[in-house]
Amino acid sequence: MSLDAAVRLTLGALALDIGLAIEEGEVVALLGPNGAGKTTLLRAIAGLVPITSGHVRLDGKVLEDAATGDYVPTEARPIGFVFQDYLLFPHLSVLDNVSFGLRSRGTPPRDASEKAARWLELVGLNSYARAKPNELSGGQRQRVALARALAPDPRLLLLDEPLAALDVTTRAEVRRDLKRHLASFPGLRLVVTHDPIEAVALADRLVVMENGKLVQTGTPGEVTERPRSQYVADLVGVNLLAGHADHGLVHLTGGSVVAAAAAESGEVFAVIHPRAVALHQRRPEGSPRNVWPGRIKGVEMMGGRVRVRIAGDVPVVAEVTPAALKELNLDEGAEVWLSFKATDVGVYPA
Amino acid sequence: MRRERVPIVVAVLATIGAAFFILPLLGLIVRSPWGDAIKALTAPETIEALKLSMIASLSATLIGVVLGVPLAWVFARVEFPGRNLLRALTTLPMVLPPVVGGIALLLAFGRRGLVGSWLDTTFGITLPFTTAGVVMAETFVAMPFLIITVEAGLRSMDRRYEEAARTLGAKRWRVFTRVTLPLIGPSLFAGAVLCWARALGEFGATITFAGNFPGVTQTMPLAVYLLLETNQEASYILSLVLLLISLLVLVALRHRWLGSA
Repeated sequence: MSLDAAVRLTLGALALDIGLAIEEGEVVALLGPNGAGKTTLLRAIAGLVPITSGHVRLDGKVLEDAATGDYVPTEARPIGFVFQDYLLFPHLSVLDNVSFGLRSRGTPPRDASEKAARWLELVGLNSYARAKPNELSGGQRQRVALARALAPDPRLLLLDEPLAALDVTTRAEVRRDLKRHLASFPGLRLVVTHDPIEAVALADRLVVMENGKLVQTGTPGEVTERPRSQYVADLVGVNLLAGHADHGLVHLTGGSVVAAAAAESGEVFAVIHPRAVALHQRRPEGSPRNVWPGRIKGVEMMGGRVRVRIAGDVPVVAEVTPAALKELNLDEGAEVWLSFKATDVGVYPA
Repeated sequence: MRRERVPIVVAVLATIGAAFFILPLLGLIVRSPWGDAIKALTAPETIEALKLSMIASLSATLIGVVLGVPLAWVFARVEFPGRNLLRALTTLPMVLPPVVGGIALLLAFGRRGLVGSWLDTTFGITLPFTTAGVVMAETFVAMPFLIITVEAGLRSMDRRYEEAARTLGAKRWRVFTRVTLPLIGPSLFAGAVLCWARALGEFGATITFAGNFPGVTQTMPLAVYLLLETNQEASYILSLVLLLISLLVLVALRHRWLGSA
């Protein structure tokens, strides 16, 4: 029992071509930069945009199949949708918003109201039943949107950037609540986000997409340890290099060679943590086998550390302490040498 | 904020422009025989004309809503060849001289008109020079105001609310009645009020298509015009009544026209 979707469609500049499966009980986070097609994929699964080829199946039942022309309309799909800006009906009370789905699916008014009231209690908003959505805070609206989507008892819950509309101070708290509610929902769950913290906090499995295509999938641990795209590497904050490995040497696409203490060969990714990169004013001598000159392109504070972006044959980010920054006189545009040990280079097949 | 200095030429022209609107209204108020007001207002002809005006204009508004909202929906949501042409045709009465509208109605629904002769021979229905004819003339002239207002409302509403309703299992009719209509409520209200005000003031198409029979087709504007020949004082008073109604409409729509500030 699961979701099985293969979606191909073109919408403006976006060409979506992706396969996605969600197993029973799974919370999957769909992670990717803006414009990657995450929302469009969600809308395709819900039947709000037609697919040009492929299929959407839920629990083995065909919801849409481009080859046979089968199409179950949105209103008949057992799918709940939490929209990015919630789209609570502004003219209805909170209670009527939550009971809307039940009424649409034929529950008698009294039963629908009672059930909706129970949902409001569950999300801690029963005292707001008579309020209009514009009287609620962002976090409260998010909970109403969740209750509204869950009330008709869907098999699959789709959440589009559920925390993006909130300010930073409430986000952490709402995220904790959301995680609890997601855990108590027995069906399949798919959360779209561009925030890696949100993805890791909420999901059992990450699906990373870029430019309409799947680039990586795995548990949060797998994805963060072995990024397979520049986007994920940037999110995790590591240097990602791609090249061809041969006898402990990785030949990068740009012509440079990185020494790595790994036996892999063939097409590989190499990751170097910024903390492993050392900076020097003059060419260093010693054990590190990877030594390059470069020019400082940018310096930014990140918590108690400083991230230094270095341009050169191989663009690399190094992380140093503020004291080191001062001592080495690392201003933008300055010439600098960088080094890292072969043992600090992680290598895995591309 | 520093006040903008008004150039003298602009100030003079603007003053003349404002006076052009204010003076006629002032004339109406100053010259009306206030002592005879009660008598003029309670005269049987006045009551009859007022009653007929209300019935006809409200009927025209009701028909406008029933037929105009679906038309606006089609214009806003359905793409089909000739849509712009059809929209132009349905808004034409806004710019058409009403007399021409009345003649066109006669040629279509008159006893020997395109549809009228068939209606007459088949069902024995004649529309011109009846109260139904008044309603038709007023609908013809006034409904376009409702159509364009509602279409604008439909175009500017966030359609994702309709999608949200669909993900909650609502079928088309429920989406339309429970989500679309309430969301375009302000536009629908404004359109209906405009439509009603235009219908209430209708003169040219009405007198051409429906004639001027007291109690049957003589609405307020027609009565005012006729009284101007026989009883000027009474016509001033009735004009004031129409002015008052227009003012009320303006107040009802103040958020739309006068801004909420």
